[in-house]
Amino acid sequence: MKKQPYSKFAAILSVLVLVGIGTLSLNQKVSAAAEGSIAGTVKLSGTAPHMRGIDMSKDPYCVKQHENSPITMENVVVGTGDGLQNVVLYISEGLTGNEATAAPSNKPVFDQKGCQYIPHVMAVDVNQEFQVTTSDQTTHNIHPLPNAMTGNIPWNKSQPPGAPPIVASWKAPEMISVKCNIHPWMHGYHAVVKGPYATTDKSGAYTIHGVPPGSYTVTAWQEELGNQTQKVTVAAGKPATADFTFKAK
Amino acid sequence: MQRKSFLHCSLLISAAAVLALSLPARAQLSTVQLEAWLNSPAASSHVGNITGNAKAAAPDYRRYCVGCHGELGDGNGENTPWLDPKPRDFQLAVFKCRSTPTGTLPTDQDLYDTIGRGLDRSNMPIWNTFTKDERADLVAWIKHFSPRWQNEKPGPPIQIPPEPEVTPERVKAGQEVFGRVQCWKCHGVEGKANGPSASTLTDDLGRPILPYNFTDGSRPKCGSTDSDLYKIFMTGLDGTPMPSFADNIKPDEAWDLVFYLRTLQPHNPYNAKEKQIAKQLGLKPVAPQ
Repeated sequence: MKKQPYSKFAAILSVLVLVGIGTLSLNQKVSAAAEGSIAGTVKLSGTAPHMRGIDMSKDPYCVKQHENSPITMENVVVGTGDGLQNVVLYISEGLTGNEATAAPSNKPVFDQKGCQYIPHVMAVDVNQEFQVTTSDQTTHNIHPLPNAMTGNIPWNKSQPPGAPPIVASWKAPEMISVKCNIHPWMHGYHAVVKGPYATTDKSGAYTIHGVPPGSYTVTAWQEELGNQTQKVTVAAGKPATADFTFKAK
Repeated sequence: MQRKSFLHCSLLISAAAVLALSLPARAQLSTVQLEAWLNSPAASSHVGNITGNAKAAAPDYRRYCVGCHGELGDGNGENTPWLDPKPRDFQLAVFKCRSTPTGTLPTDQDLYDTIGRGLDRSNMPIWNTFTKDERADLVAWIKHFSPRWQNEKPGPPIQIPPEPEVTPERVKAGQEVFGRVQCWKCHGVEGKANGPSASTLTDDLGRPILPYNFTDGSRPKCGSTDSDLYKIFMTGLDGTPMPSFADNIKPDEAWDLVFYLRTLQPHNPYNAKEKQIAKQLGLKPVAPQ
């Protein structure tokens, strides 16, 4: 019984501090200026790790899709000129106003084709709708595995051949692992970030569009190799550059 | 002196609470946070005309549940290392047996039913030793462990149309659904849990898990009645590989599938008619394609 006033005090204190943090983070200016961009290349230095071939023999349909071109895992995909593919670039610090809160209206597509996810890594903004589609003549189940404590709730839906697209969105920034339980090799990511983003192509090149002038921290995320950050200043009308190099493990 | 150390202690705890709230991922919930949620409106339950109160369940939970589900409800009790499947983590609030769509919270009734039913092939016993009021109180207690109950409402329960008459046509149609949506990939063409993907399945924690074997006479985890089976494929069993088929099986087809699944089970109090129809039809297992 004696403890009660103190626990109350603690609760009030926590609320006060929280309110403080809230006001601080809201008290930032909303900027509306001509948009710039951040572009660059992400490369891998060192020997690219060996990507194991995939045994799809559990499902003859999947085997048939790759009869002439066997496929491998996609944890680290190195393309032309040591370019690193499927790296997600986003602004981890410095965003204010609309860019930080408004979700783009285009709907990225996460397709299941040849018993693989295309793209292997799909970047989306918080609250941006995306579509999960299937081009396969075999049943998949699409099973994203976010941490429910972040506000992203895991779900698990089947997509038999010809099933309509599933439209969904995520509530919080998180690199969400996505898998198909029926085809255990199928593994991809939904990279949920706040604000403008880009994903590298085969040559490791990327451009983040819609960045207002300002100073930012850009983060490059690769599923195996982790994060790298760089400070970038974007001036009005001038594209800024940020190149990254990941070292092979 | 004692007062001072109390003050220090509560200062530290509140600082920890603030930290825990600002760190997004897998932050361990503090007892201060849990106490705040214990006093929130979410820490109550409504099951039929019974109202459950979380605080009333504390002694029962600490005596009967804490050994597996843990003091903080994170499924990390002292018995947990020896259990498989693992006890539910109430902080994540991801539950198998729901009447609500995949990715949503269960209803109070769903949690209440699970407590009284137990979970077959797990260490969760049938807790019908608790009175109805005690079970409702425990539901409320479970809800105080997760931030989700503070921010989310349970999903809208799926609508189950009245069960139609079992006919040979419906059993055959159910078998077509079983083949079309490829239930057999995991459950096997004869429902023996030996489909091509069966041996590779893992739950959301990455632990090996088996599909349900329709032929060994075991009790389905989320209930034995026809509507319990119907619910499973329309809601999915969250936390497991079993997905929701709600977008791909129409309500009428779902009943057909229930009837076909009954033919795979050994004789039980629910499937006399379906077994007879299967025999008359000379039903053969679907061909995997």
